[in-house]
Amino acid sequence: MAVLNINGVSHVVDAPGDTKLLWVIREGLRLTGTKFGCGIGLCGACTVHLNGEAVRSCQLQLSDAEGATITTIEGLDPKGQHPVQKAWLELQIPQCGYCQSGQMMNAAAFLESNSSPSDAEILDAMQGNICRCSTYARIKQGVRRAAQMMQEA
Amino acid sequence: MTKHMKDLGGATRRDILVGSAVAGTGLVVGYSVLPHLTGGAREALAAGNFEPSLFLTMEPSGIATVHITKTEMGQHVGTALAQAVAEELEIDWNDVRIDYPDSHEKWGLMITGGSWSVNWTFDRNSRIGAAARMALVEAGANMLGVPASECSAANSTVTHTGTGQSTTYSEIISGGPIDRTFSEDEMKAIELKKFGEYKLVGTSVPALDIPAKIDGTARYGIDVFVPNMAYGRIVTWPTRWGAMPNSVDDSAASGIDGYIGTEIIEDPTGVQRGYAIVLAETIWAAEKAAAAVSVDWDLGPNANVSTADILGYAKKATADGEGFAWVIDGDTDAGMSNAATVVEAEYETSLGYHGMMEPMNCVAMEQDGVWHLFTACQWSTRCTAMTAEALGVEPANVVHHQQYAGTGFGRRLEPDAMIPAALAAKAAGRPVKLVFTREQDVMFDFHQSLTYQTVKGGVNVAGDLDTMVHTVCSAWATKRQAPGFLAESVDKKGKIDPFSTNGSDHWYNVPNQYVRSIENIVGQSATPPGQLRAVAPTWTMWAVESFLDEAAHAVGRDPLEFRTSLLKAVGKNVGTPPNTVGGSERLRNALLVAAGRAGYGVKPLPANTGQGIASVTSQERGSPTWTACVAEVHVDPESGEPTVRKLSVAMDVGTAVNPDGVLAQIQGSAIYGTSRVLYENITMKDGSIEQSNFDTWTPMRINQAPEIDVSIIQNGHYPAGTGEPVVTVVGPAIANAIQAAVGARVRSWPITAEKVKAAMQEA
Repeated sequence: MAVLNINGVSHVVDAPGDTKLLWVIREGLRLTGTKFGCGIGLCGACTVHLNGEAVRSCQLQLSDAEGATITTIEGLDPKGQHPVQKAWLELQIPQCGYCQSGQMMNAAAFLESNSSPSDAEILDAMQGNICRCSTYARIKQGVRRAAQMMQEA
Repeated sequence: MTKHMKDLGGATRRDILVGSAVAGTGLVVGYSVLPHLTGGAREALAAGNFEPSLFLTMEPSGIATVHITKTEMGQHVGTALAQAVAEELEIDWNDVRIDYPDSHEKWGLMITGGSWSVNWTFDRNSRIGAAARMALVEAGANMLGVPASECSAANSTVTHTGTGQSTTYSEIISGGPIDRTFSEDEMKAIELKKFGEYKLVGTSVPALDIPAKIDGTARYGIDVFVPNMAYGRIVTWPTRWGAMPNSVDDSAASGIDGYIGTEIIEDPTGVQRGYAIVLAETIWAAEKAAAAVSVDWDLGPNANVSTADILGYAKKATADGEGFAWVIDGDTDAGMSNAATVVEAEYETSLGYHGMMEPMNCVAMEQDGVWHLFTACQWSTRCTAMTAEALGVEPANVVHHQQYAGTGFGRRLEPDAMIPAALAAKAAGRPVKLVFTREQDVMFDFHQSLTYQTVKGGVNVAGDLDTMVHTVCSAWATKRQAPGFLAESVDKKGKIDPFSTNGSDHWYNVPNQYVRSIENIVGQSATPPGQLRAVAPTWTMWAVESFLDEAAHAVGRDPLEFRTSLLKAVGKNVGTPPNTVGGSERLRNALLVAAGRAGYGVKPLPANTGQGIASVTSQERGSPTWTACVAEVHVDPESGEPTVRKLSVAMDVGTAVNPDGVLAQIQGSAIYGTSRVLYENITMKDGSIEQSNFDTWTPMRINQAPEIDVSIIQNGHYPAGTGEPVVTVVGPAIANAIQAAVGARVRSWPITAEKVKAAMQEA
């Protein structure tokens, strides 16, 4: 048994300690906003926050996450109104939407560390997240727009 | 498969009913189940002679739900189709909802692809909305005690013009009764709004599917859970197609907590020969067990096939004159013998992987003799029929429950996750959730065929290209998916796959033209071909548009001017309403817009940088979206590395139902196409795919994406498909730009630095 703190709620998890954190989150606890994409940490669809840092949950084990504070897309903002989410809606960024939880989680953590990024910094920060609908032009705008909203707030 | 596919033409033409079975319970719009009604809509409804809510359901609250039988995979199709209904219904857009019903034969052919959705459905949905409005106006006028002819509808309200009295849709539906039948002729006669009169069509209303994709609540196929389900995981086959498990040794898996067992199951449909499927209580147990079990395989017929064998067959079959004619115009022999300049080239495209972010998956469950399949699917009609065949049950007893698709690109036309999920559930006697690993999704894709084409052209003494002889050799996806859709060749010698040949019948005025289509039988077996976004024009336009540039250069003419001179809407290129009205001059206009936006020929460019132009009429000759692109590409003179700096795209869409949605499709497809041409490669060795994940198959990332300038041309003609054409135009535009930059011609994919460097040394 392990205890995971996800989105402010403690979950008792009955799974081996080497279970991928991704599977615990989405298949075990059914927080399905976090997606499976590649399983090798190269697409970013499974991005969550571990103690505020964007991590690939397919590359972590359950035992790595015990005692940590985990945030998923469902908990990014209690009302789904994080500036990144507001920017994503305003600019109509998602197409199929499958990668976008990971994109938004990555962008939100990045903006916490860099509140007024340059375009080059945005591209560098977001290059680990693949979008096959290729919404890249709008993702770049979205990160910029969210940064602006966070500064205005 | 074919026996289940005879009724592919869509729902049968019947009367349209608008009515409520019991006054005040709501309004439904749909087909009668009877060919022709003798009584009214109400009578038919009361007698149960009604397919409930086929197109549109309205509640007494005034809320309207438009039923979308298309797959939502990122194109926001439901929003555009609901806009068409709402425009004519004169309903407040805030009162509009959409849903995605379960599969049923009453919907006719359920397929999403080919840029067909809006193109095929806009007119029908407009008429459905108009019919519902007419019924509501008549019922509202009746309630007000005024003639319907003196009333009009707007914002969910019917108003009497003379007195200003009004009643809302909610009041009308709550009051009832509504009883209106429209014959097929009446439906046809309804006068629809014209371009310029629209209030909702042509506006960028926010997409209805986006909010759920922002807070994590959107449910995709992979997010489905049903009670008591087990997890299934396929043990990866050693070859792409043809392997069959002989036996399994699962002793190393037996100690894994939650491991149930491994089933060996034959597949009577031939999608695969068979499966070894690990079953477990959790996905992590299934994952570990699949890695632990050891399977003894019969490798099947393709264990020695490599990419070189597939290409080798293509070259031999082409040289041997195999295949049948797709176009025979004029006299190519005479054209060639009279040519002042002959240009000849070979073009290749590599095997392609769809690369959906959400891997293939399915939850399968049997309940009271009915099989339920939960996943996103682009072709419910075919996939439920094939799953029924695999299970040995009637197609009517297999229901597909549509989910959001973590994109599709044509991949979800295939039943290859449904079938093993259903077979595993049957073997396990309980529901099964089956998810492909990324490695399985890469290796067991129905890949875009490897293609080999030759083009030989004759330019006459006036400098005009008047003769083209073109051969197209590929595996034929249609032959595998729906052999009934193969077409008689124009030389009447056999069948060919139109969906592997479309686009070679281009819109340029080349009076002597011959196209031959050839099946690659080695590729057909070893790399079962699928449809990938934009389908055949991905390769045919690559050849045609690369070739036109080569021909222009050969006779010293500018590639833009060379193209526009061949785009006079005369003869067979004059065009007919609704889809091709205006003919090839619409393509010329798109070229000029793209050229103008890009500063073609006038913008100062840095060294080793060039602009290349291309234009396409993807997908089919009869349903073209007139599209042009100027690519600006820099080539590193040392390494040959091409960098796409900017893509200027112009697309004549006729009418943009949702302009921001069109823009999103163009932006996305420009990158998708660029990624395909520059970065994406699939190769085969020993019957197996050599790439397996995003470490070896490397699509474009955000830091590699070029700037994109988009011009959407609207002229009021019928809406054209917008999700695919740009995929086909960027490849040749990039290759043509590389030639403009450094004089190097690359004729095969992917366009790598090594190939550019080699071509620079030849040039």
